[in-house]
Amino acid sequence: MHDYVNGKAEWLAYGLPSEGERAAEKRVGSFAHDDVVVCGLDERVGEVRERVEPSPYGFALVATESRVLLGRLRRAALEGDPSAIAGDVMEAGPSTVRPDQDPGELAEKLRSKDLHTAVVSTPDGRLVGVVRAAELGA
Amino acid sequence: MKSIGLARLRELMSAGAQVVEVLPRPEYAELHLPGAINLPLKELDAASARERLDPARPVVVYCWDSL
Repeated sequence: MHDYVNGKAEWLAYGLPSEGERAAEKRVGSFAHDDVVVCGLDERVGEVRERVEPSPYGFALVATESRVLLGRLRRAALEGDPSAIAGDVMEAGPSTVRPDQDPGELAEKLRSKDLHTAVVSTPDGRLVGVVRAAELGA
Repeated sequence: MKSIGLARLRELMSAGAQVVEVLPRPEYAELHLPGAINLPLKELDAASARERLDPARPVVVYCWDSL
């Protein structure tokens, strides 16, 4: 006999499949786009900026090779010294939301803070993607 | 009972483990892990377990979280 100690809450927070009356409801994870620029800690800001310019977002995310999210390079950092190292100028530990969050609630929260995007990550910090407030339906 | 994490759970599920949600029926009805059966804790006893579970296969139980 085994006890899955973190339970249903963790399973759902990873955005894993479920069954039941509410299983078909769309959650935040289903709105996530995998089109944000992701760079490593040691990359030069100037090189990252070149990749961000044609992207849909004005920022880049800093992550490990296994996509564990480490930080965010905001526009101000991207427009700074191009020879700077991403890990030195990133905002560490950016706020994220979980894939099982309710899209309407997140849309409302983003709107109240005048935010247009949110970063989605799993409970162990792996990047899922970016959601756009305008697509969340509230 | 052995405590396991998500990775081990997925291994056991792939190997055909029986997954049991012990939360009340309404919570199970809303959302549960794929293939899980419901044996609410308040109704769980040796007889119900024998009736619903195959003793030859591993069993994983879960509730909402670790609290």
